[in-house]
Amino acid sequence: MRKLINAPADVVSDALRGLAAAHPELTVDPGNGTVVRADAPRTGKVALVSGGGSGHEPLHAGFVGHGMLDAACCGEVFTSPVPDQIIAATMAVNGGAGVLHLVKNYTGDVMNFQLAAELAEDEDIEVTSVIVDDDVAVQDSTFTAGRRGTGATLFIEKIAGALAEEGASLADVAAVAREVNERSRSFGVALSSCTVPAAGTPTFELGEDEMELGIGIHGEPGRARAKIGTAAEIVDASLSAIDADMPLAGSEVLVLVNGMGGTPLIEQYVAYAAAAQWLDGHGATVVRRLVGPYVTSLEMAGCMISVCRLTPELTRLWDAPVETPGLRWGR
Amino acid sequence: MNARDLAAWVRYAAELVSADAERLTRLDAAIGDGDHGLNLDRGFRAAVDALPDGAPPGKVLIAAGRAIVSKTGGASGPLYGTVLRRAGKALGDADDVDAAALGAALKAALDGVQELGKAVEGDKTMVDALAPAVAAFAAALADGTGLAGCVRAAADAAAEGADATVPMRARKGRASYLGERSEGHMDPGASSTALLLRALAEVAGEG
Repeated sequence: MRKLINAPADVVSDALRGLAAAHPELTVDPGNGTVVRADAPRTGKVALVSGGGSGHEPLHAGFVGHGMLDAACCGEVFTSPVPDQIIAATMAVNGGAGVLHLVKNYTGDVMNFQLAAELAEDEDIEVTSVIVDDDVAVQDSTFTAGRRGTGATLFIEKIAGALAEEGASLADVAAVAREVNERSRSFGVALSSCTVPAAGTPTFELGEDEMELGIGIHGEPGRARAKIGTAAEIVDASLSAIDADMPLAGSEVLVLVNGMGGTPLIEQYVAYAAAAQWLDGHGATVVRRLVGPYVTSLEMAGCMISVCRLTPELTRLWDAPVETPGLRWGR
Repeated sequence: MNARDLAAWVRYAAELVSADAERLTRLDAAIGDGDHGLNLDRGFRAAVDALPDGAPPGKVLIAAGRAIVSKTGGASGPLYGTVLRRAGKALGDADDVDAAALGAALKAALDGVQELGKAVEGDKTMVDALAPAVAAFAAALADGTGLAGCVRAAADAAAEGADATVPMRARKGRASYLGERSEGHMDPGASSTALLLRALAEVAGEG
């Protein structure tokens, strides 16, 4: 294992100490794994709390700041945070207008956030939870844990964060978060596995000419393994899977071509060129786009494409000012 | 069994989990995200540290369960925490745990896990080890078997239940994302649940 770390057990806390040093505008507790806006709690503003396993940076801690999250809870690598962290973050940001928990749909995340929401009730804090499940690679049926939360998490944190910044109610902020989730889909492809620092070896092995289709963001294997294709073929497979689930023709869309952590930006732009061409050829109009590593899976190579069918109001909220370590514009 | 025996169970379970952490993590890497042994090891170490002195058996398990929820994360934290907390609650304030009380505590643990995780037998989860263990315990008790024998029957059933998850297709948890590719691998949660029951059988056998 060749990693730029001090010790496998200290990766998360060391990284958070780095985040704190690089971003004095955040209040970071490296021991407890919480990252909070320095101006929290904001009286009368709905607060957004998200979190999950670490290893997806900049998600979630990198999206704490003006116009996005009020706090993030960072679990161990690929392991959901514990209720103690979530309740600490929730109490730190509660400004009396309620707290929205944005939870990616993984069994552990859902359970730990649910336990924390029950604790928050005991403290008389109103909590609403919205579950993110945008990954079309997983069949949404009683035979699975349901679709995973992946790239759309960024869309939801940005758009719901913008509405909360405008002073909207908890019900309205939760409603827009659900709306974005319903209008978003993602599909990911891995060209390599990744190594969880504490495990020390890659989670799965891929042959030189193989790729893994329909991956999540935790280095878990996907739905199928196939011979590696060109960027155009990989993008076609990804967007076809999305389009089959949520027809895109005639829509104005926001597109994220998301590097998984190990694929260089030049290849992400190769993929974006193919994606833009594909969408144009299939009758969708790209009105907003984002290219880069935003929701990563450690050093996994590959990319995930996320698409959101925008409305004028969602576009307006996407464009609203944001100032976080990982996303900033308009201020 | 008394409070000391149950604290010994938690300690011995922690030892077994620690010794087997790498194997559990390997099982998880095949159909999950490759951290089950590491997480459970961290959780049970915390449980050992949290064991109270001079508390009744129920409180011992509740304290251990709380520590696991606080320190583990993932799905295993809430689920294993629930096993110990629900079992502890079922034991109440009694100082001595007989076979009937222990059987009821294991049943309460199973109910708690199913409430939280919504899994049923056949989903390829820890329930596939815990449910047969509870049933085997009850059957042995009905036959007039003593406590140590009941726990031995439960531990054997849990081990068989874990083995039986190999051909199953997962319907809950991260392995369910793999669909048919989850077949042919033992469920790591069922395997670690069998370890817990084995630890309990060893401790009960000594007493």
